[in-house]
Amino acid sequence: MNFDMGAITPSLGFLMQGLRYSVQLTLVATAVGIGFGTLLALARLSPLRWLNLAAAGYVNLFRSVPLVLVIFWFYLLVPLLMGVQVGAERSAYLTFAIFESAYFCEIIRAGIQSIGRGQVSAGLAMGFTYGQNMRYVILPQAFRNVVPLLLMQVIILFQDTSLVYVVGATDLLGAASKVANRDNSLVEMYVAVAVIYFVISFVLSRLVKRLHSRIAIVR
Amino acid sequence: MSAYQWHWGVIFEPVPDTGEFYYQWLLSGLGWTLTTALAAWCIALLVGTLVGVARTVPNRLVSGLATAYVELFRNIPLIVQMFLWFFVLPEFLPAAVGNWVKQDMPLPAFSTAVMALGIYTAARIAEQVRTGILTLSRGQKNAGLAMGLTLWQTYRYVLLPVAFRVITPPLTSEFMNIFKNSAVALVIGLTELTFQMRQITGEYAPANPIEVMTITSVLYLLVAFSANRLMAWLERKTRIPGTIGGGQS
Repeated sequence: MNFDMGAITPSLGFLMQGLRYSVQLTLVATAVGIGFGTLLALARLSPLRWLNLAAAGYVNLFRSVPLVLVIFWFYLLVPLLMGVQVGAERSAYLTFAIFESAYFCEIIRAGIQSIGRGQVSAGLAMGFTYGQNMRYVILPQAFRNVVPLLLMQVIILFQDTSLVYVVGATDLLGAASKVANRDNSLVEMYVAVAVIYFVISFVLSRLVKRLHSRIAIVR
Repeated sequence: MSAYQWHWGVIFEPVPDTGEFYYQWLLSGLGWTLTTALAAWCIALLVGTLVGVARTVPNRLVSGLATAYVELFRNIPLIVQMFLWFFVLPEFLPAAVGNWVKQDMPLPAFSTAVMALGIYTAARIAEQVRTGILTLSRGQKNAGLAMGLTLWQTYRYVLLPVAFRVITPPLTSEFMNIFKNSAVALVIGLTELTFQMRQITGEYAPANPIEVMTITSVLYLLVAFSANRLMAWLERKTRIPGTIGGGQS
């Protein structure tokens, strides 16, 4: 077996383009996912039964089917509903935002549930409305409690973006596999991709762990 | 969207030129999904327990190796790991073995998928086994050793039986994950459920993809639900009397 580093270097620029898309996809899905996930979490904890059930149905649906299947769903549905071809890269933004919301929702819900009931009562007794109470009392504490979990989910999300390969998008893996098939350098390309994913995920998860231990002391 | 012709019976139609029906393809895919996930689960439980235990033993070398295993397999996406096992590993094996893997290994996609999925899930199970062991009070281990049990016996008869009960809830979600994750194996050509769905909607019945995908999704929901119920039953059966989750008896 000969491993040819020379097979990787000329394509590094293309790989980095792919990586850029992976990162963008991760950031957009995180931003939308946390926003929508928070709304879903509030809905799941709402006393309104219909809202509660709708949110639970949404979350359980997306947590029960494979992400690969959801990627195919949106790849097919988005053009059907919008009547135009938007391409794999763009439909993936929607896929990940919607899919990851379900996972972020569960983390944020756990955060809210970890807050003592007295906090809610205290806020209401102060004359806060439900919205104010959430905004100024509950959510800041809830988020603080689950920051490490949210960040770990972002790392998982970053790894999951590699699945857009199945619809031919040019993320990091997609870029590598295109080069690999063109140059017949499967071994070099897949090893390179594995190393890049590993270094990024490993370093980030170490940072999250350090953050976690610092927060833990404060509490 | 208005032009879409709904036809739910599409899966009961015959596949052109084969004498088979679409629903048979989906069922065969479901069979491969279940077989792959369950076979990988056996590997994952075995390896995951060993690695999880290894992370807690008082031996720096062993626990260091176990930590390296977990970090390695948790920080590379599963789909990349599938490619590594399928395309890269055979190139690094001795020529004779590598050629056997590439040419003569029975069910190449299935064997590789089971291996990759099992090893990947093992890293996640190892973390849970370790957490489970660490939640037990230190006295448990000392008591075991003081009784004259060897370290191995202490793990086998004192620590693990309790640790596994503690981690049943996270193991449940891991058990549900493994069925979902098996869909990734379509990239190395395993003809599991999503692969079959893709094949049907892509090449054969492009007019009715929504129906085929809905039915596929429902099958996955059923699998997830069954896996969840099975683990809930197991949790009830094995719970420890006297703990908060354990009820009265």
